[in-house]
Amino acid sequence: MYTALVSRVLPRFSVLSGRHFSAAAIPAPNTQPEVHYNKLFINNEWHDAVSGKTFPTINPTTGEIICHVAEADRADVEKAVKAAQNAFKLGSPWRRMDASHRGLLLSRLADAIERDAAYLAELETLDNGKPYAVSYSVDIPNVVKCLRYYAGWADKWEGKTIPIDGNFFCYTRHEPIGVCGQIIPWNFPLLMQAWKLGPALATGNTVVMKVAEQTPLTALYVASLIKEVGFPEGVVNILSGMGPTAGAAIASHMDIDKVAFTGSTEVGHLIQQASGSSNLKKVTLELGGKSPNIILSDANLEDAVEQSHFALFFNQGQCCCAGSRTFVQADIYDEFVERSVVRANRRVVGNPFDLKTEQGPQIDEEQFNKILGYIGSGKREGAKLMCGGGVAADKGYFIQPTVFGNVQDNMTIAQEEIFGPVMQILKFETLEEVVSRANDTKYGLAAAVFTKDIDKAHYVSNTLRAGTVWVNCYDVFGAQAPFGGYKASGNGRELGEYGLDNYTEVKTVKRSEWFPQDISLIVLNHL
Amino acid sequence: MLVFHFQKDGPSLYPMRSSSVGHLAINPGRSLKSQSQICWKNPTDAGKSTTDPPHPHTHTYIHAHTHTTHTHTHIGMTSSKIEMPGEVKSDPAALMASLQLMPAPVPNPEIKYTKIFINNEWQDSVSGKVFPTYNPATGEQIIEVQEADKADVDKAVQAARLAFSLGSVWRTMDASERGRLLSKLADLVERDSVYLATIESLNSGKPFLPTLFVDLQGTIKTLRYFAGYADKIHGSTIPMDGQFLTFTRYEPIGVCGQIIPWNFPLMMTAWKLGPALACGNTIVLKPAEQTPLTCLYIAALIKEAGFPPGVVNILPGFGPTAGAAMAAHKGIDKVAFTGSTEVGKVIQETAGKTNLKRVTLELGGKSPNIIFADSDLDLAVEQAHQGVFFNAGQCCTAGSRIYVEEPIYDEFVKRSVERAKRKIVGSPFDPTTEQGPQISREQQNRVLEFVQSGISEGAKLECGGKALGLKGFYVEPTVFSNVTDDMRIAREEIFGPVQQIMKFKTIEEVIERANNSDYGLAAAVFTNDINKAITVSTAMQAGTVWINCYNAMSSQCPFGGYKMSGNGRELGEIGLKEYSEVKTITMKMVTKNS
Repeated sequence: MYTALVSRVLPRFSVLSGRHFSAAAIPAPNTQPEVHYNKLFINNEWHDAVSGKTFPTINPTTGEIICHVAEADRADVEKAVKAAQNAFKLGSPWRRMDASHRGLLLSRLADAIERDAAYLAELETLDNGKPYAVSYSVDIPNVVKCLRYYAGWADKWEGKTIPIDGNFFCYTRHEPIGVCGQIIPWNFPLLMQAWKLGPALATGNTVVMKVAEQTPLTALYVASLIKEVGFPEGVVNILSGMGPTAGAAIASHMDIDKVAFTGSTEVGHLIQQASGSSNLKKVTLELGGKSPNIILSDANLEDAVEQSHFALFFNQGQCCCAGSRTFVQADIYDEFVERSVVRANRRVVGNPFDLKTEQGPQIDEEQFNKILGYIGSGKREGAKLMCGGGVAADKGYFIQPTVFGNVQDNMTIAQEEIFGPVMQILKFETLEEVVSRANDTKYGLAAAVFTKDIDKAHYVSNTLRAGTVWVNCYDVFGAQAPFGGYKASGNGRELGEYGLDNYTEVKTVKRSEWFPQDISLIVLNHL
Repeated sequence: MLVFHFQKDGPSLYPMRSSSVGHLAINPGRSLKSQSQICWKNPTDAGKSTTDPPHPHTHTYIHAHTHTTHTHTHIGMTSSKIEMPGEVKSDPAALMASLQLMPAPVPNPEIKYTKIFINNEWQDSVSGKVFPTYNPATGEQIIEVQEADKADVDKAVQAARLAFSLGSVWRTMDASERGRLLSKLADLVERDSVYLATIESLNSGKPFLPTLFVDLQGTIKTLRYFAGYADKIHGSTIPMDGQFLTFTRYEPIGVCGQIIPWNFPLMMTAWKLGPALACGNTIVLKPAEQTPLTCLYIAALIKEAGFPPGVVNILPGFGPTAGAAMAAHKGIDKVAFTGSTEVGKVIQETAGKTNLKRVTLELGGKSPNIIFADSDLDLAVEQAHQGVFFNAGQCCTAGSRIYVEEPIYDEFVKRSVERAKRKIVGSPFDPTTEQGPQISREQQNRVLEFVQSGISEGAKLECGGKALGLKGFYVEPTVFSNVTDDMRIAREEIFGPVQQIMKFKTIEEVIERANNSDYGLAAAVFTNDINKAITVSTAMQAGTVWINCYNAMSSQCPFGGYKMSGNGRELGEIGLKEYSEVKTITMKMVTKNS
């Protein structure tokens, strides 16, 4: 019902959208939102970098500098970790706070973000390039929902009492891990921040977060809201900086108890290695993908074409779960490719502040060039370029929506994560064949199957090696449902109740000799 | 329900920063303070009786309104001990300053809602009948309220059924949105908490400040707690044998009848609404005829929060008419009742006779409170006192059988009597009042009749025992010693400010005697010996056992009774089970793999 409702209102955004934000309700954006915060947030205060260095953050729509931001490095990480350790020490306000009150603070944070939704959406669009209509109706409402969801968990994350053998009383406590390093990407700056903060704070950890250097601005504004709603100082510290410096310092820090990273598989390897060579901090990773999207010939074709288009092109193709291997059954292959090309040609690329725009620029010049390189390799390796393939504007980092037909499994564009608006359509004959080909990848983040046949849907969904499988839909997320990767797509799960596990140490307490023999008999008689 | 602790860094509405109001007690004599003596903003006489300085680590317990503040340090385990910078601590001048910050009741509060709430609209009773509701502190009528009967219950059930019909706004709403509405309701209650506490005080006679700090906080926290659960009521997928996919769904039961008592009108409303709405049910709720006013105001907030029409319907009325109609109604799928064991039996019987509706009951108690000689005596005396006298003794959890180990029996009785004599009985709107009136003349007479039975059966009346004041339904704080297990005051629920103190010698004996009751709601044990604590707590046939504390309750923890104290549990995750039907869906599959 809800799915249907939203996809009617916002067919382009599918069900990522929130019901409070219908298309009609999107306010006209201020295309030049003021930047209020560009320093490091440590101990609920704003700090310059110890080195005094700053770096520019770029508007990808124009390639121009928005402003300079303090650049955190090892020394700043050191300060932030000290603050987070202090906030976590025994007897601190945060450690003694009722769990329900931690929840209330998270809930207040959600309220503050909701209040400032329009401004945050403007700033997100300015810094990231994603269409404002999407920032406002997808990213922000999902941020608010995620924080509210975890607000509710704070006082419901229960340990157990366990009937172990013998005269013992045994129970578990769910305790926070401690200081958590969190490194988040640039593709959904606000949403990834909420995914990280929600479970970490609900379970009572303290946080040192590094935001992506491409998109530091909204996270820093949220930092000001964290202070406003009353989180004690040092509980959340937010650093803008680069991966090889600040990020590396977090991954190898001896006093950080856990690190959570969302980004490329390449960097994920480095993080896990750094943990191994430092203090064995717990590591959760949410990495890349090359997710198969399987269209059976009995599927509703119109819906499958639209959903597959959305699965790949949403967010300029910059989604870890992008459906970037579209497997189509042979008897509908040509028709599917033809309709997909028509749909891609119709895609509106342009100024992200224009409400009609479906696709904005790529995040930066590096990504822009990398994607153009992949398109070149696709052509060289013999895939058939059906549309697009080039630059879409004379400034900024715009790329034309691109569709490749006749893609083979061994081509680079069918194996590597492109992270851009480039769709690969592959052909298959049988169910067994497609499952085997779909699983033949180092990744395992997501997958989808389109069919009306319930048995086929079950067969495919149960056999795919992927953390999420969508049936007749794509990119359906809810704060309630876990998300994460098999294989090299990651480690651990975010969202849902499962997301709390990643931020919890389970302590088993066994008390002996609570029942002297004579008394335990009495107890047993009465039990 | 008594969430006795609240947070120091809570909303600014509650500026009390210290537990030190405990030193307000200034009137050891037994006279009833009249409302004319009240000086809300000028508590200059307060604090004069301060004999021992408050402990620097005391916490904001509501029973800090009592004298022995230092004893509360020991039960801080249930409290949030948040050290905030600049916190007011033990300086007497600072205590006075904090008292100045105490919120005052709304003067001459307007009663806005007196009608029946059906389909988000205010309706007169079908019969046209009304009934008066009283101020138990004066015995005077406050206002007349529409009196629901069977015809009104029919209307409400119809509205609730429609709101629950397939495809309705409520049935198609996201679970997270249900949570959002409950959360909004909590915010609205918080916004209007001073007004609500004023009306609650006026209508039920409970002192204003505890109402604000205990009842209102408990109400708000319960609604928020269940708000968070709405989208976390998980079914499971089940690895069943064979080629099947099996999963469960937790579905709402349907139309729930809820009948709540007069001792905690607002909090009991929240306990009932929270889980029922989180699970997606619709509701026909009858508040007690003694205390309909705050519940009707909540109805207005339910509408303001945006609940669809018919989801919650609130009908003031009487048990034998409206209540009985609900228990017998074939359009009601579940009934939840909090009240006396006597009526609980009628409800269960009625459900059996009609449509086998699900029944949950939270009924009476005669809860044992066991004090060992090795316990911290100050703590035990104060907690045992609070355990029975809180809310003028009108708690189903009241620790009304106090078993004290022989070596400390005389000392315990002596101190308990001293404590009871110091108890300040007076106007609910006097900030120093610890005990207000009983709810009604009927209850007052019933309590006094129990006192007489105690005397005639040979218990020793140590203090109190009489009605107090010329008007209103007050009873003196009363303590009986030398109570034996066979006396009526040791077996039956008095529901008044009457403390029974018994003697015991061995742990085996006291366990046996404590369990020898039809009831099984709560129990407590005071000891510093961890083995005794665990032995007693695991042996008690009671739904809740407190160790070195009493009435420490919170929305996260289940509550309910063994034996004839009830059926089912409220609060906590388990509270959701009582408002869910579990559906198992099994689907044939073509293949199987792990």
